Amino acid sequence: MRYIPNSPAEQAALLREVGVAAVDDLFATVPREVFRKDPPPLAPPMSEIELRRALGAMAVKNAAATCFASFLGAGLYGHHSPAFVSQLLLRGEFLTSYTPYQPEVSQGTLTAIWEFQSHIALLTGLDVANASMYEGATAFVEAVLMAERLTKKRTKVVVSRTIHPEYLATLKTYLAYLGLEVAEVAAGADGVTSAAALAAAVDETTFAVAVQSPNVFGLVEDWTVASEAAHAHGALAIGVVNEAFSLALLTPPGAAGIDIACGEAASFGVPASFGGPLIGFLSCRDAFKRQIPGRLAGRLETPDGPVFALTLSTREQHIRREKATSNICSNQGLIALMATMTLTALGKHGLRETALQCLSKSEYLKTGVKALDNGKFAVAFPGATFNEFALRCGPPVAEVLAALEKAQILGGVPFARLAPGAGEHEDLLLVATTERVRREDLDRYLDVLKGF
Amino acid sequence: MSDHGNLTNPVPAALADRRRKSSSIFDAFRPGRKGVLLPALDVPAADPEALFGALHRAEVEGEVEASEVDAIRHFTRLSQKNMSIDANLYPLGSCTMKYNPRINEELARLPGFADVHPYTPEHLSQGALELLARLEEALVALTGFARVTLQPSAGANGELTACLMIRAAHVKAGAPRKYVLVPDSAHGTNPASAHFAGYAVQELASNPRGTLDLGELEKKMTDEVAAVMITVPNTLGVFEENILEVTKIVHAKGGYVYLDGANFNAFVGKVRPADLGADAMHMNLHKTFSTPHGGGGPGSGPVGVAPALVPFLPVPTVEGADDGWRLEFDRPDSIGRMRTFYGNYGVLVRALTYIHSYGNEIAEVAETSVLNANYLRKKLAPFYHLKYDAPSYHEVVFDDKLQAAKGVHNIDVAKRLMDYGFHPPTMSFPLIVPGALMIEPTESEPVEELDAFADAMIAIAKEAEESPELVTSAPHVTPVGRIDEALLAREASKPGSFAPVLRAPVRRS
Ligand SMILES: Cc1ncc(COP(=O)(O)O)c(C=O)c1O
Repeated sequence: MRYIPNSPAEQAALLREVGVAAVDDLFATVPREVFRKDPPPLAPPMSEIELRRALGAMAVKNAAATCFASFLGAGLYGHHSPAFVSQLLLRGEFLTSYTPYQPEVSQGTLTAIWEFQSHIALLTGLDVANASMYEGATAFVEAVLMAERLTKKRTKVVVSRTIHPEYLATLKTYLAYLGLEVAEVAAGADGVTSAAALAAAVDETTFAVAVQSPNVFGLVEDWTVASEAAHAHGALAIGVVNEAFSLALLTPPGAAGIDIACGEAASFGVPASFGGPLIGFLSCRDAFKRQIPGRLAGRLETPDGPVFALTLSTREQHIRREKATSNICSNQGLIALMATMTLTALGKHGLRETALQCLSKSEYLKTGVKALDNGKFAVAFPGATFNEFALRCGPPVAEVLAALEKAQILGGVPFARLAPGAGEHEDLLLVATTERVRREDLDRYLDVLKGF
Repeated sequence: MSDHGNLTNPVPAALADRRRKSSSIFDAFRPGRKGVLLPALDVPAADPEALFGALHRAEVEGEVEASEVDAIRHFTRLSQKNMSIDANLYPLGSCTMKYNPRINEELARLPGFADVHPYTPEHLSQGALELLARLEEALVALTGFARVTLQPSAGANGELTACLMIRAAHVKAGAPRKYVLVPDSAHGTNPASAHFAGYAVQELASNPRGTLDLGELEKKMTDEVAAVMITVPNTLGVFEENILEVTKIVHAKGGYVYLDGANFNAFVGKVRPADLGADAMHMNLHKTFSTPHGGGGPGSGPVGVAPALVPFLPVPTVEGADDGWRLEFDRPDSIGRMRTFYGNYGVLVRALTYIHSYGNEIAEVAETSVLNANYLRKKLAPFYHLKYDAPSYHEVVFDDKLQAAKGVHNIDVAKRLMDYGFHPPTMSFPLIVPGALMIEPTESEPVEELDAFADAMIAIAKEAEESPELVTSAPHVTPVGRIDEALLAREASKPGSFAPVLRAPVRRS
């Protein structure tokens, strides 16, 4: 068979060595009545030629962002990924190694994890970042659970409703049976978390207060709204980020009193890939590192130079079992490496330049929308945005998207898609720009809106 | 492995050092360098200071400055310090380190998968949705379950998903339960997942064969127990012979049977887990279905469920037929979302590719993995102690009892194996085997590699007898010598230990 190297003759020799007549003799302790009599109802094996045809047929039925001008974002942004990244990622030494439990033969992976942690710590302005979480929403859940452990005997987490609805939905799933309450604070009319409403929701039972910036409408929030509300009652402040490029231009959460930052770092060169695999991150103040979930690479100086290994592992499930800080085992190692490679190439200057391009393109589009004189469209909220804004549509959002699609544009994400069935903000379209869109795409977008 | 470890021909010390020492890119950044060139900005430049006021950040202090060439060299050199399946037999038990086919990588990278945003309108992502439906269909065919959710991001996340579904089912029935039973041989994620679903964990002591003790189970299986988490074959590589009685006992008390499917590789295509009486099972696509481990992930942990648990599956599910696929969110009893979007999609593309490449002959995977493990067992049994000698399936768990007499422990055998060019076996569990050496060769190892590995293990057993210090001081030819992990943990506990190292720019010669 295709990925089984031994020939039938070699297999037969192995059977003789083991001392059984037939391979099924090795399965003798399986109850006979459950042994499958027929092969599974699957097609016969496919060759590479057939696999390319079968999977290729599905791939061509999808709108790759490369064939459209894409303005899709809402938590996942289609930034550029340097060509070398996907190629180096195919090196078998990275691709086909396991979690670096054996540091002497995993220094490559471990050094890269330590670098990923360092990038995240610098970007978020905090002291310690872990080796990765599955994706943004579960990183957020882990941050909330971590805050609960750090503040003993409190039961309420206060969250702003300007956090991505899928993050909030995920939080509710995980908290359903833990005896913890999720108190949601509605956004003000300006689309931003109201400092007064947030503060009013926090009390002595609150263990954490969470906000997102830029928020789900693309609006920049002031982290101190959360940190002041939290700290006034001895709770911890959690900052959620899912457009990580914003950290290049905006005050980092750690510099504004946030205790735990979390979210999605896929903006750093990770392909959208229909929503996964992505790269969740979590960082915190040094004092909290004993409660951090998941893996952590540490660095030890030796006479032969620095060496790296996983550390503080008594927090983890393989040692602490049900008392572990998380049940996570496999994380997103290779995707963290991808982000690390991209961040290395971008560096300090590339981060800022790219973020400035995203901002500039978004501002150009916003300015264009404001200048439309057909009275059908508006920038929904007045506040500052980074690279995404909410477009209020007079015509039904579906019609707007259909018209844009005719012009080879994926025009944005209907807000309604983030929380199906909720019936909220049905006239809002979230429009994101990255360095991949050109002025002509922006102008074409505006032309379509003019046609309404 | 690279030659970083032992340069035999002397070169000037400073140059040797430069080659030998590991380093991070943060140790050597060069001001002014950058590795990405963007198109010229074609719209007016925005002024972030004016827009953001006090919230503006001028720079990310301490970030790297490196060219594309710097980056390529750095990461290529890092890669050379890793062992990997591509280069080394990697018999890490329970992790199923099998060959990762390259066609899977190619197809997952097709722009029609990789460059598709998850909020692309459904009529423009029919192929992407179809792939999800086809993979669910294939996993249903292999497991016999009613449905499979593809949303969980890894095995542990699948365990949690299932525990939450079980919890929701009991709540819906009006009688939530308190406990989950977990054998003492189980992987650490099992009790941790049960805990994070709000359950208290009770341990089940194994019998002298290393399998489930029916008496112990009958005693602990009360109507306060929601579920029993069982690994098949268990973490000793032993099949639970009494599995049908076990599921009967649990069901009779209104509990659910959860299978940890991390070891599905041992019976894929031969037995359908649903036929064992299981109500739910996760599969690690990064094990049985060959998607790359990538130095720690990404994984994917789909969960198959019996009809009773179907209403509680996470949202969304994929529904439809060839004339149209869609995402379904309207599932009133659903536990909700387990994450953003629809799962680790790129991993799912690879897994479906792999399943198609074996198709209806996939049982050969299980057969060969079991044969290879038994071959190693036969060769190594004279040299290593086997605490539980029940028949082995895909892996065999020896221990260091014979070597410990000479002061050589499993960790020493592991480090010495590196010198022979092999990755060590798993040692961190099962907890019922002190000094464990859990060996899983997988089906993708040719006979000569199995022989070479066995020869190395046998040679180490002899070394442990004759020159134990050679083994206890290993490894000797790896990129770095044995790392003092206890010292690192002490250092890491100190304040400020994770601060990125900010060095003065390196002087150019
Ligand atoms: C028996 C067993 N169960 C569960 C897991 C957890 O799977 P994952 O790492 O995909 O979360 C593992 C992984 O090592 C395992 O070996």
